Amino acid sequence: MIVGLIYVCGVSAIIFVFSIFYFVWREGAPFLYDCFDFKSFFTSPEWYPTSVGNKRYGILALLAGTGSVTIVAMLIAVPFSLGTAIFIAEFCGKKTKEGLKIVIELLAAIPSVVWGFIGLMVMNPIIVKLTGAAIGLNALNAGIIVGLMSVPIIVSIAEDSIRAVPDGYIEAAEALGATRWQTVYKVILPAAKNGLLAAILLGVGRAVGETMAVLMATGHSINVPFSAEFPYFHALDSVRTLTATIAAELGEAPRLDAGPGGIFPPEGRHYQVLFVIGIVLFAITFFINITADLIVKGIRNKQ
Amino acid sequence: MNTVANNLSAGLFTATELTRKKLLTQKIVGIIFGLMVLLILIPLILLVGNLVIKAWPSLTWDFLTDVPKSGMRAGGIWPAFIGTFYLVVFSLLASAPIGILAGIYLNEYAGNNWFTRVVNLAVVNLAGVPSIVHSLFGVGAFVIFAGLGKSVLAASLTIAIMTLPVIIVATKEALSAVPMSFRVACWNVGASKWQTIRTIVLPNSISGILTGVILEVCRAAGETAPIMFTGAVFFKHVQRGDLFPYHPGEQCMALSYHLHTISTQVPGVPEPMLYATAVVLLGFVLVFNSFAVVLRVYMRNRKKW
Amino acid sequence: MVNKNRIEIRNLTVRYGKKTAVQDVSLDIPTNSIFTIIGPANSGKTTLLKSINRTLELETGISVSGDISIDGKNTRKEFNVYELRRSIGMVFPLPVGLPLSIYDNVAYAPRMAGTRNKQTLDVIVEKCLRQAALWDEVKDRLQNLGTMLSGGQQQRLTIARALSHSPEILCLDEFSIAIDPVTTMRIEDVLVQLKKEMTIILVTNLVQQARRLGDMTCFMNKGQVVQVDTTEKMFSDNPGNQLTYDYVRGVFG
Repeated sequence: MIVGLIYVCGVSAIIFVFSIFYFVWREGAPFLYDCFDFKSFFTSPEWYPTSVGNKRYGILALLAGTGSVTIVAMLIAVPFSLGTAIFIAEFCGKKTKEGLKIVIELLAAIPSVVWGFIGLMVMNPIIVKLTGAAIGLNALNAGIIVGLMSVPIIVSIAEDSIRAVPDGYIEAAEALGATRWQTVYKVILPAAKNGLLAAILLGVGRAVGETMAVLMATGHSINVPFSAEFPYFHALDSVRTLTATIAAELGEAPRLDAGPGGIFPPEGRHYQVLFVIGIVLFAITFFINITADLIVKGIRNKQ
Repeated sequence: MNTVANNLSAGLFTATELTRKKLLTQKIVGIIFGLMVLLILIPLILLVGNLVIKAWPSLTWDFLTDVPKSGMRAGGIWPAFIGTFYLVVFSLLASAPIGILAGIYLNEYAGNNWFTRVVNLAVVNLAGVPSIVHSLFGVGAFVIFAGLGKSVLAASLTIAIMTLPVIIVATKEALSAVPMSFRVACWNVGASKWQTIRTIVLPNSISGILTGVILEVCRAAGETAPIMFTGAVFFKHVQRGDLFPYHPGEQCMALSYHLHTISTQVPGVPEPMLYATAVVLLGFVLVFNSFAVVLRVYMRNRKKW
Repeated sequence: MVNKNRIEIRNLTVRYGKKTAVQDVSLDIPTNSIFTIIGPANSGKTTLLKSINRTLELETGISVSGDISIDGKNTRKEFNVYELRRSIGMVFPLPVGLPLSIYDNVAYAPRMAGTRNKQTLDVIVEKCLRQAALWDEVKDRLQNLGTMLSGGQQQRLTIARALSHSPEILCLDEFSIAIDPVTTMRIEDVLVQLKKEMTIILVTNLVQQARRLGDMTCFMNKGQVVQVDTTEKMFSDNPGNQLTYDYVRGVFG
């Protein structure tokens, strides 16, 4: 009996992943069938889902918002995380290592709403003071916050992959008289390359999916913070991300059933399109996770 | 040739120019990495310190046990605090058994084949799905399809599914730390697979599993997005210090959601109150997390083999 | 009926994926005797033991063909597998004390089989520990952890556990690898005693141990049986097979 239960629970993860997709799809489906225009949905920056006369559903600006926050976050998180991972794995003593791992773990435990609060109350005035921007809630602020939030996941996976480098390689390098740094640079990093890539990918996944912190720290206004001329990227623009849009608007978007003839009232489209954004997010993170997994498994098979 | 000559003239085992230069790089690189670590750590400590200092005037016992007054601008956070407790307990009731059994399946029963790989991939994906998508799922599945409405139950189940991977992964790791030879020894004397797990494997991995459960509690307490549309409510009237204010079928307040609303949607909340709410949430999570750390250290010290 | 065959192995072949571990082995193992199996590493000896108590099935990627009968009953078809394992005691090269008290280590198997009575368990524990020549050393600290004993003591604890479900067959796989010569000699004495009650299969890489203990000896190489005969014959100057002659004299292996 209990063994049967174990089998059922064992495969539950698969069931849940499928049902997440199914139920999000189910709510968003009417929009996809009736008024989804692939081209304008992904290429138009005009997001006016509640306009009375002319409702427009373009998520380009939201994609740009998510992208800008992710870029800033990775610019901060990647060097620091990889540096920390190398330091933990190769340069510090056992006690320091234990301590640092605990700190990293606690860092991971800080709730995202607290990070958002920090962005709102602490980072906001600091950014205004340092950059002279009119408002401190922008891509830079959210990027820094999300970057810090991504550090633990990147560190832990990067450290795993550094540790997975066979001791034989390292001993061989050191037997040849290489210093620790030479070993790291010439032997360990190339050998752990794939694992580090996977770590960064998962960090990106984390940054793309982050909700509360970006909702509170981005300033939440629709902007495409990129331009064709120098400086190309305006980190001090307020932006709005895919995740934050859902979080901010779902509360006000009513779920309306189809009227006679199966035609949905236009006021209900807003609710549906938010679920379509959910599908997009699901697809992005699904793709990232699968890729990261394939990269990691790839190394393991080779060894 | 030159290096060899240098080596000879300087005597064997004395550092040559080259070695010294190498060692210098080594030291510098070590220092650089150390500095990078500090560059993360110091602001973090300052940040937390800053939060606590600003929260200090409001951090009283009263703040914890009193109900919000004057439209959230005075009083305390009791209904949100107890609401979070409700969500944590209910989500734990759902995710702990499923997660632990799933961990047992993956480590003890699953064969080394493509199906197991798919299950593992699903666990990773479940952990990687954005919290807001979990929220959408909760709305579609529990609030609407299952007809639970916006309620403690719907919100807890959403959190439970979101935090399931935490428990699965922790259980798997704890079980795999029990040496294979113990299992083989049990099978050899005629114990069935489940008897072996029940009598030998589980008792020796229970602290690792418990660590996973504690981490789940931390996640559950801190999550905001998944409960926003599935059960959290802006305000609910609750008696001061009431331990059982909510029915599982109705909405509740939660600390994380409360922090979000008072800091973004209620103008004029005194700053110390905002900070104090953040510090209570942060403190709750960090204290619980420290339990997990202590438990792990304790378990390492009293290993039975 | 002294020379009745207890175990009959017929055309046993075991494959791990594409690798053949045991190839077309047929053996008759007589009752109340010590049957020793010798042979170089990777000759399939351990796999043979595991297929007798069917723990081999718990490993992944194996395929088994052929039959093994105990007292005429085909183990591969009709036996309740837990009953089967309880009727066979297994001792593997490395001692495994379960992370339980010494008492519970020995009482484990009877408990799993459903024995709850404290007195019955006490009797079993004392008897098995005595048989394994461990009782005198541990009788005052039965509640200590089994895993904290020394390697030699743990190996004897393992033997006690293997005896605890009163098996009719005892299989030992290179039991002396992890223990000192003195303890080895003591256990060898125990085995000679136990022979009166059960059938013993002893896999060993020590040729002299086989010579000391075995009634019958089987020489395996590369998954196949090279020769089976009385130990006397196997170790004589003319065993009848050049490979056997070379191996027992240490020319290869």
